[in-house]
Amino acid sequence: MSTFEHKDLLSIKQLSISDIQIILEVANSLKELIHRDIKKVPTLRGKNVTLFFYEPSTRTRTSFEIAAKILSADTVSISASASSMQKGETLLDTVKTLQAMNPDLLVIRHSSSGAPHFIAKNIKASVVNAGDGINEHPTQALLDLFTIKEKKGDIKGLNVAIIGDIAHSRVARSDILALKKMGADVTVSGPPTMMPPDIESLGVNVCYDPYEAVRNKDVVIGLRIQLERQRTFLFPSLREYANFFGINRKMLELTKPDAIIMHPGPMNRGVEIMSDVADSNRSVILDQVTNGVAVRMAILYLLIGSQK
Amino acid sequence: MILIKGGTVVDPLKDTVKRLDIVIDGERIKKILPPDKISDTSHFEKVIDATNMIVTPGLVDMHVHLREPGHEYKEDIRSGTLAAVAGGFTDIACMPNTDPVNDSSSVTKFILSRAGEDGFCHVHPIAAISINQEGKRLTEFGDLKRAGAVGVSDDGKSVLNSNLMRRALEYARYHGLTVISHCEDPTLSEGGVMHEGYVSTQIGLPGIPSEAEEIMVARDILLAKLTRCPVHIAHVSTAGSVKLIKMAKEEGIPVTAETAPHYFSLDHTALIEYDTNAKVNPPLRSEKDVEAIKRALRDDIIDVIATDHAPHSPLEKEVEFDKAESGMIGLQTAVPLTLNLVREGFLEITQAIRKLSYGPARILGISEGRIVEGGKANITIIDPNFSYILTEDMIFSKSKNTPFLGKELKGIVRFTIVDGKIRFSSDIKP
Repeated sequence: MSTFEHKDLLSIKQLSISDIQIILEVANSLKELIHRDIKKVPTLRGKNVTLFFYEPSTRTRTSFEIAAKILSADTVSISASASSMQKGETLLDTVKTLQAMNPDLLVIRHSSSGAPHFIAKNIKASVVNAGDGINEHPTQALLDLFTIKEKKGDIKGLNVAIIGDIAHSRVARSDILALKKMGADVTVSGPPTMMPPDIESLGVNVCYDPYEAVRNKDVVIGLRIQLERQRTFLFPSLREYANFFGINRKMLELTKPDAIIMHPGPMNRGVEIMSDVADSNRSVILDQVTNGVAVRMAILYLLIGSQK
Repeated sequence: MILIKGGTVVDPLKDTVKRLDIVIDGERIKKILPPDKISDTSHFEKVIDATNMIVTPGLVDMHVHLREPGHEYKEDIRSGTLAAVAGGFTDIACMPNTDPVNDSSSVTKFILSRAGEDGFCHVHPIAAISINQEGKRLTEFGDLKRAGAVGVSDDGKSVLNSNLMRRALEYARYHGLTVISHCEDPTLSEGGVMHEGYVSTQIGLPGIPSEAEEIMVARDILLAKLTRCPVHIAHVSTAGSVKLIKMAKEEGIPVTAETAPHYFSLDHTALIEYDTNAKVNPPLRSEKDVEAIKRALRDDIIDVIATDHAPHSPLEKEVEFDKAESGMIGLQTAVPLTLNLVREGFLEITQAIRKLSYGPARILGISEGRIVEGGKANITIIDPNFSYILTEDMIFSKSKNTPFLGKELKGIVRFTIVDGKIRFSSDIKP
């Protein structure tokens, strides 16, 4: 078996197919820990994982924290509102200060694209990107791959549609990169205002009509619509968005009969996804959440747990 | 007296390259004569052996940010003009976005008096078009001109009000001031931090479309047509702007244009690692735009190479990419990067030097921009074949924000002579 040799996990771009396979395999073997009565193994005992969230997050932060704790790492949680950033400290100084306390791994979420890359250059600890601006959310993409693999067996050759604000979604970007890498065919859909330029350069098909986009797909991924994007004229109203791009029952009839519906959360029910779809037996949205813990355990283990 | 011996002298106006010796007496060029006519050199205080070197008119950079007054921690008139002479420039024009803004004769006079005390080269202030660069009221062009300003610009942003821009063009011509326009529609570029294209899509940074520049280039060309008053377009970065300027020139509209070395040396792929030193405004564009800029220089659609030297300290650059200030320093890299275009066959050496001397000198109405007998002895001596790795200790600016750090450059300035005085010399060896 090949080895996983990275200091950081910043982007899906840095991962080889074999890296991804290793992460998914390790996640698969660690997943049963979540369902044990005593949810603790000593794998990362004595290791420090610092969770550094500049943006609000419930599920990703909790997911990392649970993953770290199951593996017996000590966790420290810092949020932007409680950090010295509020006192005007620069990110570089914050990072240097953290480094002086010698953490083993830093999980970072930041509103600026590239911030984790900047931090990784300036700190000895491993850095995991938990979402940077509109750029990437690599652990989300890996848990999506894990979930798809779990439900569909093989990723290669699957047809996947991603619907929503492709331009401003870090989940979309990481999902596209990861799915393409693993051999899936990806179609992106959404209003033209939410389609980034030259998106075809990532190897995806563009289909603005969501009904056409989901046709015969194995997987449909919905993306969260951010209300504040209305300010930059990307869409006129949530109502209009829901009417034309919200994932509804009618779309489900166009996909393959066994297609799964995914969403990274948090959902705006009735906007990008209708409640009856989100709660249907085709929805794997809660499996994604559980698998997130498994995948994050795998990543923590591979970055700071194995003997190097 | 100084003798420059054995050099290859470039005349950017006559388009000639000849081996000539130059005799400097006091502030002026006394004699230009064929090589080896002077056998006895004992009466010269200094003999410069310029064998295998290019001798050019003192270079002129019409787009520099000196940061004084107000941001002296980034650069000041002393360090900026030292970087200028180290880059071969004898004349530089400094942009008004200081603190306070150069929107009054007192700030213009302050800059000139500081340049007189501490400067290594000639400094030509560009004053603001509007008070505090707010785009609301014209500054006092006449008073500014009298104080020593050579042009006006709200560089850093566009004059959004088309009527104000129109009146600025009309009024500036009366006072003999060059109007330099920063072309950017901020409603279209808002939120963007790099060129909008496949790279911005791949690395997840909000983009600035080329059209944000081109809309304003088109408007300013139309205002120049309306008023018959000249306008100079700053830092042209896109193929579309080139097309518009070409069209305007063919119609006889009085427009001139500059680009900066980074727009023909780097493209948007320089940002893949989120290098804030490569963050500039307008942003580094696509590969196609870079090609278009090179061809526009060759075809004389773009008249001038100006650095847009924009010093920033680590406080502004060692931060999150979207929070980083735009701009890179450029005074000491302009010559090697421009010589690359000569080596690649895009430019003749005379043409390259014209865009760095006579071209901007004529647009600003300053200095001769040529080497002529009786003229002021502003001369630059370049060793075109010297290769080196650019390191921080070679940079004379207070700020070191350039993506060319650690990169190999070819061509270095050996002597810069300002009004007959050697203000910079370098004996750096491999």
